[in-house]
Amino acid sequence: MDVTLSINGTDHRLDLDPRVTVLDALRHHLGLTGTKKGCDHGQCGACTVLLNGRRVNSCLTLAVMHDGDEITTIESLGSPDALNPLQDAFVRNDGFQCGYCTPGQIMSATAMLQEAEDGWPSYISRSLETDPDLTDEEIAERMSGNLCRCSAYPRIRQAIAEVRDARGMAAE
Amino acid sequence: MKPFDYARAGDVAEASRHTAKGATVIAGGTNLLDLMKLQVMTPSALVDITRTGLDGIEESNGGLRIGTLVTNSDLAVHPIVRKSYPVLSRALLSGATGQLRNKATTGGNLLQRTRCPYFYDTAAACNKREPGTGCAALEGRNRVCGILGTSPHCIATHPSDMAVAMMALGAQVEIEGLNGTRAVPLDDFYRLPGDTPHIETCLEEGDVITHVTLPAPPEGTQGYVKVRDRASYAFALVSVAAIVRFDGGRVVSGRLAFGGLAPRPWRTDAVDAVLEGKSPLDAAEAAADALLSEAEGHGDNDFKILLARRTLRRAMRELSESQA
Repeated sequence: MDVTLSINGTDHRLDLDPRVTVLDALRHHLGLTGTKKGCDHGQCGACTVLLNGRRVNSCLTLAVMHDGDEITTIESLGSPDALNPLQDAFVRNDGFQCGYCTPGQIMSATAMLQEAEDGWPSYISRSLETDPDLTDEEIAERMSGNLCRCSAYPRIRQAIAEVRDARGMAAE
Repeated sequence: MKPFDYARAGDVAEASRHTAKGATVIAGGTNLLDLMKLQVMTPSALVDITRTGLDGIEESNGGLRIGTLVTNSDLAVHPIVRKSYPVLSRALLSGATGQLRNKATTGGNLLQRTRCPYFYDTAAACNKREPGTGCAALEGRNRVCGILGTSPHCIATHPSDMAVAMMALGAQVEIEGLNGTRAVPLDDFYRLPGDTPHIETCLEEGDVITHVTLPAPPEGTQGYVKVRDRASYAFALVSVAAIVRFDGGRVVSGRLAFGGLAPRPWRTDAVDAVLEGKSPLDAAEAAADALLSEAEGHGDNDFKILLARRTLRRAMRELSESQA
């Protein structure tokens, strides 16, 4: 089936089997291997991309369902010479060990910070109606869809908290 | 995944024609594609309803009318849901992850399948996955399985948090089928397993869920308490959705619904009826007695009987304290 995906601002026209997920379209058909395949079942978050600006598991959606949709991957954030603030914070805080989950962590954190700035509450937010304070516990709750088998969680949280502070977001 | 035909429906009528011919509806896909990859579900045809425009939330008859494609995220953060239906917002936010909630839809959440490990294991006996093969959970690792409404053919639980809150709120499901549209109370939407555990709802071939409607916001205090194996991203072992009116330290009335205990989000008038006029903790004990009088454990899940009572106590205590 013909499908056109807008990936990092560029349209890509592909002829795909309906079974191909967005993840496999990125990795196998377009060579964009920054997005990782971990569990392939929506449990680990390594495949997180932004779909029309929202974070999703790219392993759990079919590419043919996304004709015309905008997909943002880790390849669009920063470059080795000019890291984006989250990438820079992960490096300086040792926010990883093996690094395999890192692209998913960073894509997820990118959207998570935006959700908090948009006033989205989480399950642990005291109030559903006032803007949430993005405490470290809130960061952990909101990032629970990204697993790290090396268990670098304290430093991942620290890296995200640093960006939260740099953006002047309320933390308590 | 096994090969399948894919069609994109431009409207509900087109989707209905496809499902009448046996196609499975796909929207968010977060549960269906997981099951298709494992070959637990092997539909020969999918009809994609994501371009049918049913993604709005509108005020209707004093309540809310929620399009079937509204994502769990959008529903949870909608200003009216946060203000007037907080039990629904909390239930949604307690489920899954940020990524999944952005994709999972309202209709799909109602129709998600059990997380019984034997339903997922294609080598195991499971009457829900393959009718007539038996139920490996009965004598197996059944700690996530049900204690109410089960049958000798299936003891799986319904996994949704959202549907439990909607049950407490008295939601209705709007369905479009080959013979027009109809509205079904959520209370009547789910079927108990009996000897046909593979049939989970009242939906028939040609039916497509188009909306879920909520009545006007109920009086009283609302809350959702969920107990699970991890602090986040885990299904409920026991959950309680509660909407309770208090006056002078006594319960005036309440509506309770339960997750993690049964093949469907569980709610009965008999449980609600015993709350009236009691102190919060007496009401919790009486409700637990009424709820659990016929509860049956299956070994690993015996603990749910006591856990349900304790979760009810906690829900009632937290609600009564929050309105004081």
